[in-house]
Amino acid sequence: MKTYDAIVVGAGHNGLTNAAFLARAGLDVVCVEKNDYIGGATVSRNLYKDWWYSNCSYVCSLLRPEIYRSLELHKHGLQVTPYGGSVQFMESGDYYGSYHDPEVAYREMARFSRHDADAYKRYSADTMRQCRFIRDFLLSTAPDPTSFKPKDLKELARIGGKFMDMGEDRMYETIRFWTMSVAEYLDEYFETDVIKTALSGSGIIGTALGIHSPGTAYVLLHHYMGDVDGNVGSWGFARGGTGAVAKAIAGALEAAGGELRTEAGVDQIIVRNGKAVGVALDNGDEIKANIVVSAMDVKRTYLTCMDKKDLPEKFYRRVENFKIRGSSGKVNIALDGLPTFPALPEGSSLYHSDMHFIDSMERMERAYDDWKDGTWSKDPYLDMTIPTLSDPTMAPPGKHFMSCFVQYCPRQIDGRDWTSEEKDAFGQTVINQIANYSPDFKDLILHAEIRTPQDIENEIGITEGNIFHGELTMDQLLFNRPIPGYAQYRGPVDGLYMCGSSNHPGGGIMAAPGANAAREILRDLKRPNTVPENFGDD
Amino acid sequence: MTDSYDAIVVGAGHNGLVCAALLARAGKRVLVLEANEQVGGAAITREFADGYSVSACAHLLYQLQPEVRKDLKLSPRLASEDMTTIALCADARPIRLSAGSVEGVADKDAEQYRRFRKRMTRFSDLLRKFFNKPPPRLGTKDFKDLFTLGQLGLDMRMLGREEMQEFLRLIGMNIHDEVTERFENPLLRGAISLDAVLGTHLGPRSPNTILTYLYRLAGDHGRAAIPAGGMGSVSNELAHAARNAGVTIRTAMPVKRIVIDNGRATGVETVSGEQFDSLMVISNADPRTTVLNLIGAKYAETGFARRITHLRAKGNAAKLHLALDGLPAIKGLSKKDYAERIVIAPDENYVERAFNPAKYGESSPDPVIEITFPSFCDETLAPTGKHVMSAVVQYAPYALKGGWNEAAKAEFMQTIISTLSEYMPDIGQRITASELLTPADIESEFHISGGHWHHAELTLDQFLFVRPVNGAAQYRLPIDGVYLCGAGTHPGGGVSGAAGRNAARTILKREKAA
Repeated sequence: MKTYDAIVVGAGHNGLTNAAFLARAGLDVVCVEKNDYIGGATVSRNLYKDWWYSNCSYVCSLLRPEIYRSLELHKHGLQVTPYGGSVQFMESGDYYGSYHDPEVAYREMARFSRHDADAYKRYSADTMRQCRFIRDFLLSTAPDPTSFKPKDLKELARIGGKFMDMGEDRMYETIRFWTMSVAEYLDEYFETDVIKTALSGSGIIGTALGIHSPGTAYVLLHHYMGDVDGNVGSWGFARGGTGAVAKAIAGALEAAGGELRTEAGVDQIIVRNGKAVGVALDNGDEIKANIVVSAMDVKRTYLTCMDKKDLPEKFYRRVENFKIRGSSGKVNIALDGLPTFPALPEGSSLYHSDMHFIDSMERMERAYDDWKDGTWSKDPYLDMTIPTLSDPTMAPPGKHFMSCFVQYCPRQIDGRDWTSEEKDAFGQTVINQIANYSPDFKDLILHAEIRTPQDIENEIGITEGNIFHGELTMDQLLFNRPIPGYAQYRGPVDGLYMCGSSNHPGGGIMAAPGANAAREILRDLKRPNTVPENFGDD
Repeated sequence: MTDSYDAIVVGAGHNGLVCAALLARAGKRVLVLEANEQVGGAAITREFADGYSVSACAHLLYQLQPEVRKDLKLSPRLASEDMTTIALCADARPIRLSAGSVEGVADKDAEQYRRFRKRMTRFSDLLRKFFNKPPPRLGTKDFKDLFTLGQLGLDMRMLGREEMQEFLRLIGMNIHDEVTERFENPLLRGAISLDAVLGTHLGPRSPNTILTYLYRLAGDHGRAAIPAGGMGSVSNELAHAARNAGVTIRTAMPVKRIVIDNGRATGVETVSGEQFDSLMVISNADPRTTVLNLIGAKYAETGFARRITHLRAKGNAAKLHLALDGLPAIKGLSKKDYAERIVIAPDENYVERAFNPAKYGESSPDPVIEITFPSFCDETLAPTGKHVMSAVVQYAPYALKGGWNEAAKAEFMQTIISTLSEYMPDIGQRITASELLTPADIESEFHISGGHWHHAELTLDQFLFVRPVNGAAQYRLPIDGVYLCGAGTHPGGGVSGAAGRNAARTILKREKAA
C-alpha cells in the first residue's frame, strides 16, 4: 500500500491551503474530507431548486492577499466583489446607514450627531493602527515567550521592536485596546447609541461574550483587519457563494499534483511508537503517511479522533478545557423576490449592505444574557445580507438568496440537545425580527434552512459549530492558541500537525493557520519554503 | 497671610496618611487636609445608630502590605483574624473555606481547592512584588524602567515553563471557566466567584476576573481580619504615625481647588477660603475628582482630560449596617461561626445573574452578600447583648435608572432583607435600626466619584502601566507639582497602603534625582 508524504484531514479552506502549499513543495499529499463536498464551512450548497446557498460562512475579507496571489486563486476562478456599508433599522422607524463614501458616511452620522461624525475620523485612524499592528503577525508563527530557542527569541524581539516603535502613548493605547470591551472602546469616541450599536457588532460576532465583556475590542479586529483588493476593512462576496473560495484553493491543490478524496471521514489518527503514521477511515480503510495534518478543530482532533493513551495526560486535559463555544446560528432563505424595507429610500445602496435590526447597546447586551441562560436570543443580533444583489449567479433571475447570521445561539438548550420545535421557534424569532421592518418579507419566503450550532457541528464537524474553532479570548490567542506550549502547529505527537482555525491567528476565511502550518512542516522536513511571507501593506 | 508647606496631601484616606507620614519622615513639612470630621476616608468607624458603631465603608483588612506595616511600624489590634469564609446554602449545610483548605465538600474538590489556592497564591505573590513599586514606563531608555520590566519578565520565567504558561493563560481569563473546570460543589464555585467580583463592575463570566481574584490575594493571601475598634482604628494608628513624624492634619477642611499658576501647582484653597501654599500637592482623591473638580479640565491637555473623563469607575457595592437586638439564627452555624466571614453566593450562575441587571442600571433582585458581625468579637461596637451586622451587598449600580432616591433605597433594602431571611429566618425581627449606603451615598459621604472602592475599575485596561490612565501611571499628573496617591493609582484599592507608599517613594526619588 502506498505511503503518502502527508495526509491532511479535512478539506476546509485551511486544510486545502495547507495541502496546496505542501504539494507545491513537491510532497505527495492527499486531503481527505468526510462530506461529499469540499470546503467545510467555506461552502456553497444547492439545497433548494436552482438556489446556491452560502449556508455557513457568507462573506469574505480576511483571506490573506499573500495566499490569494501565491496560489493564483484568480486563475482558479475566485472573484471577490466588494459590497457596501451596513444599515441599522431602528424601532423608531428611522435607520442609520454606514457607507463607503466618507462624505456620505459623515453626513449620515452627522444626521444623528455632529460630535460622532467628527469623532469617527479619530476612531477609524486608531482602529486602523491596531489593524496594521496585528496584520503583520497573521502570516507568521506566534513566538513562545517561555522558550529560549533563537527562533522564538528573534521573533519576540521583532514584535517587541515593532511595539516599541509605536511610541510610548500608542503602546499604552495598544495595551488598553487589547484588554478592554468593545462597548467601552466605543464609549471613548461616540455618544449616539445607534452608532455605537452599529460598530459594536463586530466585537461579538462568533464569540460567547457580550459587548461589555473585557477583551471584545480585540475581536473587532477580526472584522476589520481583512481587505478586498487591498482595501483594508472592506468586505466582499465570493462570486458563486463562499464555496468558490474552497473550490479555487482545491484547484490550486490539484494543479500542484495534490490529491483530494471526499466521503472519506477519518475515524482515528493512527499512532505507532509515539509517531503519527496515518489515518483509519470510517469505512475501515487505512491510509499511511509520514505526517498527518489535522484541519479539524483541536477538540475533534484529540478528543474524538485519537486514542487518549497516545497523548500526555496534561495535554489531554488542556484540550478538554479549551473553549469552543457555540454562540451563533444561521438562517438561510430562498426568496421569490426582493423584500422591501420601507424605512429605506427606494433604490438605496443599503439594500446591498449588511442589515441589522437592533438599535441599542442595551438590546445587544441583553441578547447575550439569553445565551448565558442557555437559550437563543429572543431579540437577536442579526447580520443579514442579500448576496444575490451583487452576485446573480446564486439564484434564478429575479429571485434572491438571503443569509442571516444570528448571534446568539447556543450549542445546547439548558444543557441538552435542541428539539425540532425549539429549532423552528429559533427560525421564527429571526424571521419575525426581519418582518418587523419588511412587511412583504414573509410572503416571499420559498424555503428556509435553519442551522443551530448543533446542526453545524453535526454536518461540518466543528465542535459546537463555532466559526472560529475556539473563543478569541486572551487566554486562547497568539502563543496561547490553542494550548500554551503547542501554539506552533505541532501537537505532542511526532509527525502530527494542526492547521485549523483553533490555531494562531484564528478563524474566519483567512487561510493563515493552514499556510503557517505548512511553513512549519516544511521547516521540519528541511524542504524549501513555498509559503509566502507577509509582504507588508503599510 | 498663608501657610507654606513642602507638600500638601488632599484627603486623609489611609493612602494619604501613609504618603504623608513617609514624606514627613524624610524631613518634609507636610499638611494633610481632610474634608470630613474624621480621618480615614473610606476606612473609618462611625456610629450609625444610638450606641451602634461600624466600619462605615471598608470592613475587612486583608491587604495591608507588609512593607507599609514595616515602614510605619504598624501593628493593628485585631478582633478577629485569619477568618474562615462560610458559604451559606438555603437547603444544605454550609461549606467553610480558608486560605489553604475547604471543609464540607467532596475529597476531590478539597484536593482541587488546595492546588488551586497554592497556584493562585504563587501568582499573587508575583503580582504583589510589583504592587509595591511604581509601574515602569514603557518605551523609555531609562535604566530603572528597563530593569523593572526585565525583572517582571525574569520573575515570570522563574515560575518555570509550565507555570509561566499557566500564568499567561490565566491572567486574562474569567473566574467562571476556572471554577467550573475545577470544582463540582456549587457553593465553592459561588464563594470563589464572589471573591473575584466583589467591588467591581464585573460578573464571573467577564474576562479579567482571575486578575481581580489574584488582586484580592495579594497581601495576606486572602486571610481577612477585623481590626479591633473597626477600620477607623487602623486609620487612627496611621494618623498617629503621621503626626509623630511631624505631619499637620486638619480635618473638616474640604479643599475647593488645587491652585495652578503658570502651569504648575502652587497650593490649595479650601472651601472656607483659606489658602495653603506648597509647590507639591498630592491628591488622595480619585483621579476624576482630582483632575476635573480640584484642578479643572482647562489646565489639562485635551487628550489627557478625555482619558480621565472616560475613566471607568461605576461602583456596584452597597454597604449595609444593621443594629440587631441579638444574633440572628443561621442554619448550620454554631455560635463561634459569627466571628467569621459569611457569604451568600450559592453558585457562579447566581452571581452572574445578580450582575445582569447592573449592566442596565437596575439593582439585583437576588444580590450577593458578604456578611460580618464585628460586634461578636468586639464589644465596643454595640451595647451589651446587642449586635451589629456589617455587609457588602452587590450589585447596586451607581447609575441606577431613576436615581437612588428614598423609594429606590427602601425597595433595595427590602430585597436585601428578604434575601437574608432565606438564610436567617428571624433577621427581620432582630433589626432595631439600619443604614444602607449605596454607591451614590458613598460618593457623597466619602467624596469618591462613582462610589467605587477602587476609585477606578480594576481591569487590565486600567492596570499597571495604564492605571489610572496613560500619562499618570507613575503617580505624577502631567501638571507640574501635582501627584496622585489614592486607590485610583497603581496598584488599586483595598486597605493596602501600597499606592500611598509608592507615591511617597516616587516623589522622594524624584527629588533626590533633581
